[in-house]
Amino acid sequence: MSKVELKTISLEEIEALAVGAWILGTGGGGSPYLGLLNLRRLYAEGHCVQLMSPLDLDDADWVAVVSNMGAPLVGQERLADSRNIARAVRMQEEINNIKFRAVMSVEIGGGNGVQALMAAAHLGIPVVDADCMGRAFPEAQMTSVAIGDLRPYPCTLYDPRGIEAVVTKVPSWKWMERASRKICVEMGSIASTSKAPRTGREVKDWGIHFTTTKAIRIGRAVQEANRRHEDPIAALLATEGGQKLFTGKIVDVARRTTEGFLRGTAMVDGSDADRGTKLKLSFQNEWIVAWRDEEAIATSPDLICVLDSVNGHGIGTETIRYGQRVTVVALPAPPVLTSPRGLEFVGPRAFGYDLDFRSLFSPAAAGA
Amino acid sequence: MKRIGIDVGGTNTDAVLIVDEKVVHSVKRPTTADVTSGILDALKALRAEPSAAVKVDAVVIGTTHFINAVVQRRHVQKIGAIRIGMPASASLPPFCDWPTDLASLVNGEIFMLEGGHDYDGRPFMPLDVAGLKDAARKIKDKGLRSVAVCSSFSPLDPSCEITAREILAEICPDVAVTLSHDLGRIGLLERENAALLNASLHDLAVTTVAAFRKAIADSGIDAPLFLTQNDGTVMQAEIATAFPVMSFASGATNSMRGAAHLSGLDDAMVVDVGGTTSDIGQLRHGFPREANAVVEVGGVRTLFRMPDLLSIGLGGGSHVDEDPVRVGPLSVGYRLTSDALVFGGSRLTATDIAVAAGLIDIGDRSRVANLPKRLIEAALRDAWRKLEEDIDRMKTEAGDVPLLAVGGGAFLVPDRLPGISEIVRVPHGDCANAVGAAIAQVSGEADQVFRDLSREDAIAAARDIAADRAVQAGAARDSLKTVDVEDMPIAYLPGNALRVRVRVAGAIADPDLPAAA
Repeated sequence: MSKVELKTISLEEIEALAVGAWILGTGGGGSPYLGLLNLRRLYAEGHCVQLMSPLDLDDADWVAVVSNMGAPLVGQERLADSRNIARAVRMQEEINNIKFRAVMSVEIGGGNGVQALMAAAHLGIPVVDADCMGRAFPEAQMTSVAIGDLRPYPCTLYDPRGIEAVVTKVPSWKWMERASRKICVEMGSIASTSKAPRTGREVKDWGIHFTTTKAIRIGRAVQEANRRHEDPIAALLATEGGQKLFTGKIVDVARRTTEGFLRGTAMVDGSDADRGTKLKLSFQNEWIVAWRDEEAIATSPDLICVLDSVNGHGIGTETIRYGQRVTVVALPAPPVLTSPRGLEFVGPRAFGYDLDFRSLFSPAAAGA
Repeated sequence: MKRIGIDVGGTNTDAVLIVDEKVVHSVKRPTTADVTSGILDALKALRAEPSAAVKVDAVVIGTTHFINAVVQRRHVQKIGAIRIGMPASASLPPFCDWPTDLASLVNGEIFMLEGGHDYDGRPFMPLDVAGLKDAARKIKDKGLRSVAVCSSFSPLDPSCEITAREILAEICPDVAVTLSHDLGRIGLLERENAALLNASLHDLAVTTVAAFRKAIADSGIDAPLFLTQNDGTVMQAEIATAFPVMSFASGATNSMRGAAHLSGLDDAMVVDVGGTTSDIGQLRHGFPREANAVVEVGGVRTLFRMPDLLSIGLGGGSHVDEDPVRVGPLSVGYRLTSDALVFGGSRLTATDIAVAAGLIDIGDRSRVANLPKRLIEAALRDAWRKLEEDIDRMKTEAGDVPLLAVGGGAFLVPDRLPGISEIVRVPHGDCANAVGAAIAQVSGEADQVFRDLSREDAIAAARDIAADRAVQAGAARDSLKTVDVEDMPIAYLPGNALRVRVRVAGAIADPDLPAAA
């Protein structure tokens, strides 16, 4: 194990991370609020989290990939707990007879953006400045490690009443999603999970790097603009090179669940420069397509973020409602998601839309 | 029906007598520091009216007393907190997200026990009965007099909380017990917070309701007492003693309900313009639309049934600045009748502008005769622009809807606004709060997750539960109407799980009103 530089994350940075992770959640992933409460408590007890660059991992290091799986609503009654996520990680060590060097989040967006930090604080090992989505997505195969065709098993699932489960082998990431989802539902529709362990080499090759830092940077930009009474959305776009798509008011929300997902549409009635036009947002847990008239102007995997027009905070597909004043922005997707193989997993067709992905941020689009 | 409605506000205590749905008399008296002598003054003034010497069927009071106690950290008591649902949620115990000053005043002792339920109603863990008995003994030994109990998914299955109450009643029978499922919805921390706040106000609720009763008795009235709650409905005084948190936001709600009653409109926007602020809300089926989100009370996150309101710094007493021309948010407040130009003062207020513009005729009009026309127009434009923007912000549908303008400063509302079909002004609009209290109905609510039911059947099932609860709270069953339905499919759950919330309301059961002791 080589000597590497670790940076201690301050509690103030975690507060910013919670704001940034909610924005990168692109409408899904649940609120990071309960995770933040956990970290405040862990810090008050003297724990802290150290951040490690993915580039500093040795090829042979083991990294635990963690997430809280389940329905956000259930998470409001069975509250996030660092002990549970730590136990799922320990199970992986016991099964594989390995020792983890560090942990990382499966997704930086939403509540899972802080899960790895909770595990890291509890276990006393660093958190890797990376994740497998660079945002939030609804399913286990929608990750950079699945796109990289890395081994999808074993996956451990832990339920605090003492139920421990392992999916030891599956033929594909899609099967991992199906099998683990069934177990999760039996556990009460929420489970702490530790996905297939990754080597340092794999994280260097397939992880989406520096997303923890990115989430903190986004949260900071929004918080500081609010403090200075400046436009937080302009600050966010300036920091991240995003594009403003639309400004208006939510005038209709239609939701339905199919195959266990929250699907639906939200209509935004334009104001200011967009007065007289409407934007339609299609979602499957996360915002997937933004339509102006009949034309798709932004699609997954580019990040479509619906923000409160006043304070710039994220708005979830579960909490969006009539009358909210919103600004819809797009942020560029990590390159691994926009590769031809990446688009098979997370492009518009993966969500059932017969559309070609055209990035708002490709060199061609930028020149247009 | 003859009812007296009383609104205890920050400045004035208003009282109205309503006979057969019509306002017969209304009086305004200053609110007093002890609150109750102000109520007595108002009642005596009301009773002095010759035609008011009728037998009254009910007295309904709306008060901000309990929320003020939390905000001002006064009269809250130490309590025991019992959380049932271990070993889940262990890292976030009761009070974990409270401001430390309030937590240190209220937190007597925390007990975390196994038990609770899953989202589908299955028991999460067997209830730790021995642990509950142990907790009850410790609560008794410590001399705690009030306890809050919160069990996971108790809105779906309250049995753990009910067992806890039975055990507490056996071991420490004098302790008041708040069960979270009586107060809240899905969301353990927020529901628990509501229960903790409620338990912390128990002694204050007992003494306050007793004082209200004495004021009524001293005025010579013999009628049952009701208190209004956040959703614009009433609870019997006994229930109010047990659930003081339910009155937290009743003031604004009463004014919106009063506006609906006085105008006969059930679906409209409402603006209540006071001396300092204007509250904007929306009536749906005669009730204020509720906030969906978490509401902070004194720094504590809760999920109360609160009206969705926008409060803006614009009222009759708002300062008018000239460079640039701006109305509010500062205000002369209760000093309006001494500080405003038309009342001989030296501060230019929104009321002066309205008098100069001929919108209202109060005070000495000659004192504003020389105000530049351009200033008058610019000030009105600024006030109207604020109202226009914020009323539109609170609208939830496209198309034109009527706007009810009530409150002492309603003259500031222009006669035309975009998106508004008509501006409705009503007699007694300045006492809309007290009217809202007098006409308040009894409600019941259900908030549950249903599985393997069609949407229609799930809503019908929820409505039945809500109706039973309303009848239990004193409503006449045949008068019940559904006032709010909300359904939300739940991601990742099988069996098309649907969370349904239904609220019903109806008239106070009559003539067999339960006698208020």
